[in-house]
Amino acid sequence: MKKGDSLLKMVISLGVITCISAALLAWVYSITADPIKQAEREKQAEAIKAVTPVYDNDPIAEEDDVMPVGEPAPLAVFPARRNGNLVGAAVESYSSDGFSGEISVMYGFDINGNVTGYEVLNHTETPGLGDKMDEWFRDSLSTQRNIIGKDPAKTDMKVSKDGGDIDGITAATITSRAFLDALRRAHNAFIQYRDSEKR
Amino acid sequence: MNKLRIIYNGLVTENPTFVLLLGMCPTLGTTSSAFNGMGMGLATMGVLICSNMAISAIKRLIPSKVRIPCYIVVIATFVTVLQMFMQAYLPSLYATLGIFIPLIVVNCILLGRAEAFASRHTVIDSMFDGIGIGFGFTIALTMLGTVREFLGTGSIFNYGIYPETYGSLVFILAPGAFIALGLMIALFNRIRQKHTDHA
Repeated sequence: MKKGDSLLKMVISLGVITCISAALLAWVYSITADPIKQAEREKQAEAIKAVTPVYDNDPIAEEDDVMPVGEPAPLAVFPARRNGNLVGAAVESYSSDGFSGEISVMYGFDINGNVTGYEVLNHTETPGLGDKMDEWFRDSLSTQRNIIGKDPAKTDMKVSKDGGDIDGITAATITSRAFLDALRRAHNAFIQYRDSEKR
Repeated sequence: MNKLRIIYNGLVTENPTFVLLLGMCPTLGTTSSAFNGMGMGLATMGVLICSNMAISAIKRLIPSKVRIPCYIVVIATFVTVLQMFMQAYLPSLYATLGIFIPLIVVNCILLGRAEAFASRHTVIDSMFDGIGIGFGFTIALTMLGTVREFLGTGSIFNYGIYPETYGSLVFILAPGAFIALGLMIALFNRIRQKHTDHA
């Protein structure tokens, strides 16, 4: 040990470096916080627009939390209205049964509960396998895969392997199950929201 | 020291993936497609250049006993800064690479170059070392990603070469990563050896 390497010097140098790093991070955070929030809001708004029927209100401003029966956590519902009448909604749903962690998907429904679209928001599924879900379930050429236009109340939203009506992603059955699990959850929340509004 | 020599050293003589065998965890984890591999390589290169320069600049101020924690603080700071900037200004790139960015902190290439090169050379030389090693890493990851994507899904950079159903799934998953990497290391060293024998 050199004489210069006293305990005090070590503490001070490490302390100074940590402080400079913290200051730098705080500064970068302060200038990026707003653009990050903006980017996330835009992503959410785009997803809502992509999945719901045409609307003329601001679904994000009317966001409502719905607690589906028997669920641990509420889901965010973004109602779409035309001339003040409810025409459908986007529901941000999730499933924790993914192949590697939680998946979060925005589903859109029309007033009758038919699926009008979906956008995968977040997932950590295997690249090349499970991450195909963002296209797989809206393939208009395959009625077995496509969920758009189907009513989860009438269609058995399970993969065909489990006796359902939907063909899961090849080699990614677990991801497919999680995706449909999230869809059922979103549908329940939407029906509950719609029925509570009627009353 | 000759700048080109430093870059050549990083690219071939001390290629981090094929010769030093450093940073295997992100190498195996992120190379399921050519694009992912290249993105991870470029992100690592950016952080490596910054951290090499910063560490080289402050090397005289750090007592040798606490140098490792100091290096880690510097590296982690740059990684977090990169992550925040990416999230704010390149959200679409962040969506595909976001989960890999924090992995750069634990990439031992950065710590290894800080210890082996930056702490003993000038700021400019360290920058070139960052470019060389980072470029070597990027090329290695892109090649490995290309091989795996081609064998696994039949496409390169999402451009289909042959039908996906003929692809062998194992190359997308972890075992295929080990097999492909092992064979590529052998090939690289064979070529390199032949080259040095002649010279």
